[in-house]
Amino acid sequence: MAYDPKNPMKDRITDIGPRNYEEFMPPVIKKNFGKWLYHEILEPGILMHKAESGDEVYTVRVAAARLMSIELIRDAMKIADKHCEGCLRWTTRNNIEFMVDNKSKLEPLKADLKANPMFPIGGTGAGVTNIVHTQGWIHCHTPAIDASGIVKSVMDDLFKHFQSMDLPAQVRIALACCLNMCGAVHCSDIAILGFHRKPPFVQHEVISQICEIPLAIAACPTGAIKPATVDGKKSVSVNGERCMFCGNCYTMCPAMPLMDAEADCVVIMVGGKISNRISAPKFSKVVIPALPSNPPRWPEVVAAVRNILETYAKNANKYERIGEWAERIGWERFFEKCNLPFDVKTIDDYTLAYDTLRTTTQFKFS
Amino acid sequence: MAKFKTPFLDELEKGPWPSFVTDIKRQAKTKPELEDLLGQVELSYKDKETHWKHGGIVGVFGYGGGVIGRYSDMPKEFPGVAHFHTVRVNQPSGLYYSTKYLGQLMEIWERRGSGLTNMHGSTGDMVLLGTTTDQLEEIFWELTHDLNTDLGGSGSNLRTPSCCLGMSRCEWACFDTQAACHHMTNHYQDELHRPAFPYKFKFKFSGCPNDCVAAIARSDMAFIGTWRDDIRIDQVAVGAYVNGELKPNAGAHSGRDWGKFDIVKEVINLCPSKCMSWDGKALKINNKECVRCMHCINVMPRALRPGLDKGCSILCGAKAPILEGQRLATLIVPFIKMEPPYEEVKGLIEKVWDWWMEHGKNRERLGELIGRVGMREFLKAIEVKAIPQMVKEPRSNPYIFWEESAVPGGWTRDLAAFRKKHPL
Ligand code: HEM
Ligand code: HEM
Ligand code: HEM
Ligand code: SF4
Ligand code: SF4
Ligand code: SF4
Ligand code: SF4
Repeated sequence: MAYDPKNPMKDRITDIGPRNYEEFMPPVIKKNFGKWLYHEILEPGILMHKAESGDEVYTVRVAAARLMSIELIRDAMKIADKHCEGCLRWTTRNNIEFMVDNKSKLEPLKADLKANPMFPIGGTGAGVTNIVHTQGWIHCHTPAIDASGIVKSVMDDLFKHFQSMDLPAQVRIALACCLNMCGAVHCSDIAILGFHRKPPFVQHEVISQICEIPLAIAACPTGAIKPATVDGKKSVSVNGERCMFCGNCYTMCPAMPLMDAEADCVVIMVGGKISNRISAPKFSKVVIPALPSNPPRWPEVVAAVRNILETYAKNANKYERIGEWAERIGWERFFEKCNLPFDVKTIDDYTLAYDTLRTTTQFKFS
Repeated sequence: MAKFKTPFLDELEKGPWPSFVTDIKRQAKTKPELEDLLGQVELSYKDKETHWKHGGIVGVFGYGGGVIGRYSDMPKEFPGVAHFHTVRVNQPSGLYYSTKYLGQLMEIWERRGSGLTNMHGSTGDMVLLGTTTDQLEEIFWELTHDLNTDLGGSGSNLRTPSCCLGMSRCEWACFDTQAACHHMTNHYQDELHRPAFPYKFKFKFSGCPNDCVAAIARSDMAFIGTWRDDIRIDQVAVGAYVNGELKPNAGAHSGRDWGKFDIVKEVINLCPSKCMSWDGKALKINNKECVRCMHCINVMPRALRPGLDKGCSILCGAKAPILEGQRLATLIVPFIKMEPPYEEVKGLIEKVWDWWMEHGKNRERLGELIGRVGMREFLKAIEVKAIPQMVKEPRSNPYIFWEESAVPGGWTRDLAAFRKKHPL
């Protein structure tokens, strides 16, 4: 039975939801579901989970570029068929995991993974795991920067921290190619964010045909967009001084594009976290308001991330996340230690700004 | 012979991290549209601007979500990607797959798509990148009929719920995140596929306060596992950590010499509620004061375990900065049992939605609405009582909006009597 375009509603199935996960779990996982005692990280990228029954499951975690071809997924499937009873899983940070139920199966699995440079093992414990990221120039219409290329460049540079656990705590890096932030960039140890710096164009001759002008006006959170009549046609004007380059108008109205090779840049944010461990979850903070976006290797971005990471690694206490370290030493010290210039752009002037200002005489001299 | 020269992208084939360029080039040998993708992305690398056009609504019949339209702005130069739509396929809870299922999916995507995927998108779905409008109904048919699976959500509706791997392989999970995620996804199919909301709405389920799926930062309603009773302690294993037989934090710090494990410095003193003590022989926890941050359990997973009275906390209103600024989720329900059929939780979800649909403006997330009208209105609407656990500190401004019914004598006053006492 196949789809019949002449009869689209015939035998249609809808709203059945995803496949039931229970069908896909490896037997050892199914058997010990909810009955795990503890785990150990045997070496970078290799986990052992012990169940109450005495069963053990060994997991090998490998990197992936998130963007994956079906051929590459088939390579992973072949390994899962050979070693893992035809089961595998992905992690929330886009790594792939292969599981075996006996230590004796571990070395042969590792050997097959090591034979394929697309499957480097790592990403556990106090190191840098995979960067969660968005689409960039590969597939989105609003990015200020690419995603996959910057991630590749940064991870090439930090690769030794993916394959070792030599940091004070885990470091979660994330990238979003525009302020929409399709990901948890706003709560990451290090966040790489694409940013537009020119107010939207207005294509006066078509705007009234392809956009609902009131929607475009209403979309602007700062009231920068006002109705205007240009050459007798209904249009809008944009007050550049009020624009915060959020791109919301472009989302509503294609006749108001923002992207601009010259001005689009990279913001670096630092010190966010999600886990409730020791300190509360925190937002990432802007520490570099603009770096140039230089494909194909983004050397300025790579260097900035490395600098922050290594300064943290040298100075923080065991278990201390980047944000916890910065709070302990004070942000004025953070800028000093990382040798970052401070700029008025690093002081908040949007909603809730007051929460971030210092309202005490307790501070540190630089 | 490649169709386009890609000197910029070729640079990204160097280095140890898996190269998406190498991967796409290999796939392009059997999927020639990927040659055009490489050509277009190379041009973006040169121009430093995207070459995807804005918008274009496509979808499968009867669904508002699940497919994102995507068109090249240079279709003549790159005809293979002139139409290059995204299909979001609802992922199984915990992201486990059998090779059989994945194989079927790859086969469809070889036949009807570009052969390129995201495993996975930021929200959680499997994202199949690149197909044409005429394939969409065919893909949907094959997904539902042959693979017994459905599309995820996009647009102003319930986005595809996601979860951490929970009880399937984590000793810390305090409820079955996979079951809850699967159940809610299925129960709310209508909300997932037919937009009726002011804007997107996200559920995420994390099994414990470590929050591996970033629920507290990304979900309008976050379900985060916790427990109410005492942390279980194995004193013998505590001793084994202290005398160095067991590696702290499951070995997570083994890449560097941090010196001998010091339980006082690394656990007792780092406990945020200072509710632990160590007398050299036994670890004591004043559980009543514990805020369940997970630190001690993370450091000594073989000695400490969450208690047995498990459930989850519910937090509302997280979002990324667009538009009114970023928000973390706010604690609403400190503890609720999280077991099928989840009736109590569903009751709460539906009250939240009713209120948000009635009062939310177009493109206003739940957190922004709470920010605009206040927690008081929100709590009233969802019939939840205010408790100290909801705040970091009580309000510091005393401009309290009293309701007439709560003021002695109401707001009715007798002006004549007043003026008699206080002549004008
Ligand atoms: C419930 C009381 C009030 C509310 C809700 C209110 C609301 C507002 C709003 C929305 C603005 C615009 C802010 C902006 O665009 O950034 C504003 C500005 C202003 N309001 Fe009020 N207002 C209140 C009371 C008052 C009072 C009592 C005064 C003076 C006696 C006052 C004087 C001003 C002035 C001078 C500005 C301009 C501030 C500036 O932009 O520098 N407001 N108010
Ligand atoms: C419910 C009514 C009122 C509220 C909530 C209110 C609130 C405030 C606040 C918050 C301030 C600033 C205090 C500070 O700077 O620390 C203030 C100052 C002031 N208010 Fe009011 N006010 C009210 C009624 C009035 C009325 C009716 C008047 C005049 C008839 C008035 C005259 C002033 C003056 C002159 C100041 C400045 C005092 C100074 O220099 O510190 N207020 N008020
Ligand atoms: C030149 C003097 C004043 C200026 C420039 C000023 C400005 C403002 C501004 C900008 C706001 C914020 C509005 C918003 O965005 O929601 C505000 C709110 C307010 N102001 Fe003033 N104000 C002045 C004097 C006063 C006075 C004298 C009073 C009291 C009589 C007053 C009472 C209030 C109140 C009650 C609010 C609302 C606070 C809230 O929304 O929680 N203001 N004012
Ligand atoms: S973050 Fe912005 S540019 Fe990047 S994928 Fe999301 S919407 Fe597109
Ligand atoms: S980019 Fe944002 S702030 Fe600027 S005009 Fe558009 S909607 Fe307004
Ligand atoms: S959130 Fe907690 S239960 Fe879930 S995987 Fe992470 S540590 Fe385990
Ligand atoms: S879970 Fe956190 S708060 Fe509770 S005893 Fe352990 S370290 Fe202290």
